[in-house]
Amino acid sequence: MKYAVLVYETADDFAAREDLRREAYWGGHGAYVAMLQSTGAFVGGAGLAPPHAATTVRVRGGARQVLDGPYAEIKEQLGGFYLIEAANLDAALTWAERCPGAETGSIEVRPMLEM
Amino acid sequence: MNPAQTAERVARESYGRLLAMLAARTRNVAAAEDALADAFAAALSAWPRGGVPEKPEAWLFAAARRKLIDSARRAQTASAAQDALILTMEELEEMGRDDAPDRRLGLLFACAHPAIEPSVRTPLMLQTVLGFSAERIASAFLMEPTAMGQRLVRAKKKIRDAAIPFDVPEPAEWPQRLAAVLDAIYAAYGVGWTDPLGADPERRGLAEEAIWLGRVLVAQTPDEPEALGLLALMLHLDARRYARRVGGRYVPLESQDTTLWRRELIVEAERALVHAARAGAPGRFQYEAAIQSAHAARAIQGVVDWGAVVLLYDALARFTGSPVARLNHIAALARRDGAEVALAALEALSDRHPQLGEYQPFWALRADLCGRAGRKHEARRAFLQAIERESDPAVVEFLKKRSAEL
Repeated sequence: MKYAVLVYETADDFAAREDLRREAYWGGHGAYVAMLQSTGAFVGGAGLAPPHAATTVRVRGGARQVLDGPYAEIKEQLGGFYLIEAANLDAALTWAERCPGAETGSIEVRPMLEM
Repeated sequence: MNPAQTAERVARESYGRLLAMLAARTRNVAAAEDALADAFAAALSAWPRGGVPEKPEAWLFAAARRKLIDSARRAQTASAAQDALILTMEELEEMGRDDAPDRRLGLLFACAHPAIEPSVRTPLMLQTVLGFSAERIASAFLMEPTAMGQRLVRAKKKIRDAAIPFDVPEPAEWPQRLAAVLDAIYAAYGVGWTDPLGADPERRGLAEEAIWLGRVLVAQTPDEPEALGLLALMLHLDARRYARRVGGRYVPLESQDTTLWRRELIVEAERALVHAARAGAPGRFQYEAAIQSAHAARAIQGVVDWGAVVLLYDALARFTGSPVARLNHIAALARRDGAEVALAALEALSDRHPQLGEYQPFWALRADLCGRAGRKHEARRAFLQAIERESDPAVVEFLKKRSAEL
């Protein structure tokens, strides 16, 4: 089964991408991708720019509304995602637990619909 | 046994086993339940005419499997899902009745998975492993049937769509996951326990069913100390079922007629507890069972070793950090060291945990201790507080009587 591993990060996590901790931050995700690839679990994924770069669009009554910012103003924001192949939820949760974002942010695991 | 009774017996004994086998590959609990319900309906119409088959469970499994495969074939839509579906059906077809592993433990673990909301774990287990209807479960948990039905449906969808496995988890996850299974079984027992005489038909048998689940768990993990501890605890409590109410009156543990206790359950409980102790890994359920074991000794030795009960409750309270365990520790302390010592401890406890003031046993204990210490006025006030927080009419009667006797 395929799962999306959604990485929700705190403001501090986003800051770590650019400050003195950047090597550790990117190195952690690089190692994670390598681990996923070496076991054949890697399907895809991407990192996302911080929430200040986000714009939200809705169409209501035929009219387009464009709002500055992410979908919801919450403490943790979607920072990126991985698409993985796992036998079942437990296997997917094990991958989620190993994700570098798990220790400071939250990882949501969502099955992908079969297309 | 007539065909209807045979079907009922098979339903009770094999429902969970059959359901677990049917749902293990597909993880679609709802579809397996539908197929099994159809199979039971078919049995009830076919058996009275053609006779009960030699292996009724095998008959039911075959019938349910056919239904499941039929409905899976009908549901085939997306071509991508088809390969997986065919594979599943083939595996299901190969699976014999007799050599199939008992999948109930996997089903128990799926129901108690951390990805399932904790409050729905016990109801889900009752429905999938024991075949209880949503109405019956709702009534036992004092909920609206529709609301309970919706929560069960949601949980089953989660199992299917998120692919929650029907497997016993890895050793590293075992303690946390087993704890959830044990908690869910004990919660089922607790719901049955609050209705000791089975006056409420919806709750009748829930305690027995929980014990049965405990036995299933122990049969499949025979050396797991906490599973043995839970079984021992439930058996000890259940041994006293008929002594807890006499002629509709509530009888507290210390006043119970021990000749009404069921010896065979006590013996089974003691055996489980001794077995559990061999692992040398004490836990919450083993402590609680050991406490009940100390009380059970009254049936043989005539007295309770209050010193042992005090030590065990202290260990339990330290282990769990539970103020309720501490409350029981204080109740035992009163027997060992007197009411004044216990009252001082009770005061310190309620300062630390003010929420105990909403808890009936806190006031009942306070009333009892004040009464023993000769503080009649305070005792009466505490009895009133306890009565206000009690919903069981038999216990209310008991508390009123005790207050009047002061």
